[in-house]
Amino acid sequence: MLEILREYGLMLLIGEYPHGKLGGLALTLIISVASLIVTFPCAVMIALARTGQSRIFKALAGGFVHSVRAIPLLMLIFWAYFALPLVIGFPIDATYTLIIAIVIYQAAYLGEIIAAGIEGLPKGQTEAAKALGLGYVPTTFRVILPQALFNVIPGIVNQLTTIIKETSLGSIIAVSELSYVMLQVNSNEVTKPLQIFGILAATYFILCFVLSQATGWLERRIAGKRTGRVVVEAVA
Amino acid sequence: MGYQLDFGKVLQGEYLELILQGVQTTMVLFVLSWVIGLVLAIVLTVVRAIEFRPTQLLVAAFVEYHRNVPVLIQLFVWYFGFAVVLPDAVNDYLNDIGAEIGYAIVALALNKAAYMSEDFRSGMRSIHPAQMEAARSIGLTYLGAMRWVILPQAWRLALPALLGQTLILFKGTSLAAGIGVAELSYQARYVEEQSFRIFEVYGIATIIYMLISFAIMWLSSVLSNRFRLRVK
Repeated sequence: MLEILREYGLMLLIGEYPHGKLGGLALTLIISVASLIVTFPCAVMIALARTGQSRIFKALAGGFVHSVRAIPLLMLIFWAYFALPLVIGFPIDATYTLIIAIVIYQAAYLGEIIAAGIEGLPKGQTEAAKALGLGYVPTTFRVILPQALFNVIPGIVNQLTTIIKETSLGSIIAVSELSYVMLQVNSNEVTKPLQIFGILAATYFILCFVLSQATGWLERRIAGKRTGRVVVEAVA
Repeated sequence: MGYQLDFGKVLQGEYLELILQGVQTTMVLFVLSWVIGLVLAIVLTVVRAIEFRPTQLLVAAFVEYHRNVPVLIQLFVWYFGFAVVLPDAVNDYLNDIGAEIGYAIVALALNKAAYMSEDFRSGMRSIHPAQMEAARSIGLTYLGAMRWVILPQAWRLALPALLGQTLILFKGTSLAAGIGVAELSYQARYVEEQSFRIFEVYGIATIIYMLISFAIMWLSSVLSNRFRLRVK
C-alpha cells in the first residue's frame, strides 16, 4: 500500500500536472467547488420561483425539479457529453460537460433545500416587511434570503459532500478526476486492485467525512443561534 | 444540422431487444438490492440498538463508509478489489454466471442498508423515551413495548425517508454501468454507439427512467399519506 502511495501519491493529488492536464484530487475539488458556485444562483432562482406568487414560475420550477429528480445523474451526463455538442455545434471539454450535468442536477436538489429554508421562516417576516412598505425585491433580498440562506448553510455544505461524490462519475466520460486517475493506476498495476481502490475510497472518505462532521457542527451552531442559546452563552 | 429524429430506427429489432433487456436488468438490480438492503438495514438497526460498544462501533463504521464514499467507488471496490481476494476457481465460476451483476447487487444493497438503517434509527430516536417507560410501567415486557408501542410509530416516522431512499436506489442502479452491468444506461450507450441515433436512444432511456421514477414518487406519496403518524 505504501509503495503505491509513494509511486502514485502525487498523481492521486494532481494527476499528470505539470506535464499534462491537472487531474486527481485537485481536479475533483475544483469541479466540485465550481459546480457548487454555479449551482447556487440557479438554485436560489428555483427556490424563489417555487415559493413565490407567480403560478407560471411555480409550475415551471416544480416541473423542472420533479423531472430532474426522476433522472439518474449518469443519464444527464450522457446527454451533456454526447448530445449537447451536437446541439450547440462545437465540442466541449469533458470537464465542462461534467460540471454542466452536475449543475442541472444539483440546481433541483439545492433549490429544494433553499425553498425549505424560505418556507421555514415565520410568515411574520414577509408581513412585517410589507407593512414597512418594502416591495418584493427588497423584501426578498434584504429580509427573506439573508435569513433563509443562513439557516440552510448546513444543507449547502452537505450538498458539497454530495457533489464531491458525484464527480466520481466523471471517470465514465474520461474526466481525469480522482477516480479516473486511480482507474488508470489500476490498469498499470494490475495486481493490486484492493490496495488501489482502498486508497481511492479512503481519500473520498476523509474528504467527505470531514465535511459531514462540519455540517453537523454548523447545524448545532445555527440551531443554537436560532433559539438564542449561543447568545446567552456569550453573555454569561 | 440536418438531423432527422427517427424513433422507428431504434424501436425495432435488435436495438429494441437490447433496450428491453436493459430495463429488465435495471429492475432486477433495483428489486434485489432493495429487498436485501432492507433486510440488512433491519439487522443493522437491531445490532446498533443493543448496548454493546464494539458492535455498535462496527455498525457506525459500516454506515459512515457507505455514506462518505461515492457509490461508484463502492462498486469498484467490490468489482475490482474483492475479486482478487477470491481464489481463481471461484472467480472463473463467478464470471461464468455473471459476476458484474452480483457485485453490483452486493454493493448497492450494502449501500442502501447503511442509509436505511440510519432512517430507521432516526425514526426510533424521535419517539420520546418516556413512551417506553410508560409502556413498561403498565406491564408490557420490553419486546411487547417494542411490538405494540415503539415500532408501530417508528416505522411510520421512517417511511418517507425510506421511500426517498427507494427512488435514490432506483436511479443509482445506473451506476452499475460503470462496472459493465448491461442495465438500461449501459444498453443505451451501446445502442447509441451502434446506431448513432443519440437523441432517440437517450430520449427513450430517459423517458423510461422518468416513468418508473414518477411511479415510485406517486406510490411514495400515496404510502406516506396512508401511513402518516397522525398524533404527534
